[in-house]
Amino acid sequence: MAHAASGPGPAFATGPADAAGGLDPAASSGYADHPPRMGFFTDTSVCIGCKACEVACKEWNAVPADGLDLTGMSYDNTGALGASTWRHVAFIEQPAPAVPDSVLPDPGGPIAGGDGVRWLMSSDVCKHCTEAACLDVCPTGALLRTEFGTVVVQDDVCNGCGYCVSACPFGVIGRRESDGGAHKCTLCYDRLGDGLTPACAKACPTESIQFGPLDELRERAAGRVTELHEAGVSDARLYGADPADGIGGAGAFFLLLDEPEVYGLPPDPVVTTRDLPRIWRHAATAAASLAVAAILSGAWRRP
Amino acid sequence: MTARTRRGGREAREASMVPPAEFQSYYGRPVLKEPVWAAPDVPGYLFFGGLAGASSALAAAAGFAGRPELARAAKTAAAGAISLSAVALVRDLGRPARFLNMLRVFKPTSPMSVGSWLLAAYGPAAGAAAASAVTGRLPRIGRAATATAAALGPAVAAYTAALLSDTAVPAWHEAHRELPYLFVGSAATAAGGLGLVLVPPERAEPARRLALLGAAGELLAKSLLIRRLGPAARPYQSGRAGDLMQAGEVLTASGLAAAALGGRSRVLAMAAGTMLVTASALTRFGVFHAGRESARDPGYTIGPQRDRIRQQQGRDTP
Repeated sequence: MAHAASGPGPAFATGPADAAGGLDPAASSGYADHPPRMGFFTDTSVCIGCKACEVACKEWNAVPADGLDLTGMSYDNTGALGASTWRHVAFIEQPAPAVPDSVLPDPGGPIAGGDGVRWLMSSDVCKHCTEAACLDVCPTGALLRTEFGTVVVQDDVCNGCGYCVSACPFGVIGRRESDGGAHKCTLCYDRLGDGLTPACAKACPTESIQFGPLDELRERAAGRVTELHEAGVSDARLYGADPADGIGGAGAFFLLLDEPEVYGLPPDPVVTTRDLPRIWRHAATAAASLAVAAILSGAWRRP
Repeated sequence: MTARTRRGGREAREASMVPPAEFQSYYGRPVLKEPVWAAPDVPGYLFFGGLAGASSALAAAAGFAGRPELARAAKTAAAGAISLSAVALVRDLGRPARFLNMLRVFKPTSPMSVGSWLLAAYGPAAGAAAASAVTGRLPRIGRAATATAAALGPAVAAYTAALLSDTAVPAWHEAHRELPYLFVGSAATAAGGLGLVLVPPERAEPARRLALLGAAGELLAKSLLIRRLGPAARPYQSGRAGDLMQAGEVLTASGLAAAALGGRSRVLAMAAGTMLVTASALTRFGVFHAGRESARDPGYTIGPQRDRIRQQQGRDTP
């Protein structure tokens, strides 16, 4: 991701740094002694589109069904992340130059045949941003940062105002019709507490979804990109792995084989609260202007 | 890499002219979630909040100018409008019974949290000011309440712009410089306009002046917004939002002219006031729908971000 051009820098992102020089979200949220930041590395080059992650997530988290719709656009009948979809496998069918099998890394790699068509598959999930807009704008404190550096909704506190839904630059979190509350991936907070792997990563048959301490995942991901580049897959790139990006780096990041927007991801997301100091300044100036206008309006006493 | 998938916007929404014309997307699907906030509740909340806040400021101005009738009308309008605003806000919550959860924390990073506390302080003050003005009882408390409501009123009218801008919704976030001025202009237009409707013009000069200043400010802020945003301002200019904004602009200009030239004609003043109040509401609905439209169309999300990356790369490799 390119660096954000908007704003002078993180407005509220001041606090202790992690090993990679990025912000340590758990420490800056007040956890003095906390476990390492945990996250997902989703390596889409080995995703086979089986949707086991979607099913495992639904099962473990008891996420309700949200329709059985045929989108008609691809094998993706899930459509998008939302209140009741916390993993979403994207399917992209695109024209591609025929790639000889010998160039492909083994196992997996982009599925390409001799017919000039290739399939990209990617399991999307909440990014658990270092600078999380949903958490910043939540007026009830229902959204919180865990000791693992992840972001979760406390269902018993959320009053369904929907601010987080409009604040998320990835369109991840949604409001559920049936209960009126906001819901999203918890990175299986309950399983993490017991030292277990989140359900989606556990169910992934190709280790496309990898779970672990974020530092380790970032190292492993960088190695995987190098490996793919050496194997001739020059389009492999990481998405959300850079602590200097517009969200301070994602806790759940990806290895992609095309531009992010092809997968439905924003190419350069910036947490909206980076502009908040300026937003407040303009609002304050505007309020003062209204006060001045009122004073001017009443300034001439009746003769 | 030569594989280029879907050219999103064109096939998804042929009518909209999206900057840039060509962008890639995931089958033309939106990147962002469309705001779950619904009309008429949320635009109504913006409108009534603005009307209330500016009316409180007008009430104090009228009191200072020796216009007790206008002051009383403005205080009553403020109390009524803020009540309607609060009802609209609570109604739009997914879990209305839990609206008080807004007051369990104070978060400057959340304009909604700041706004909740503002409303919690302003609402009772506006109510007490109106009650005292209407009944004539407790004049000292009435004066204190009037002053408190007048001090907080402009903030109540302005914070909703921060509320919308502090989102990922392109048309709202990109407009964060102009939106507060547009909103307080719209609020002053509505409050002044309502004053002209309720009070004969010879006893409503402060309302007329506030309406004129507000309408001029609103028109100016809107033209600055459109000019600075360039292609990103399209959601404000096309579709339903464009119609609403344009109707609002025409009514604002007409109301402005009628209020300026109406002289002592009660009929003309009431017509001007009605146009200005309606114009203010139309503007709020227009801004609201522009945001929704910009979230629905992936071009407004992807286009500017792609441009930013291109500029960044241009700087990195001169």
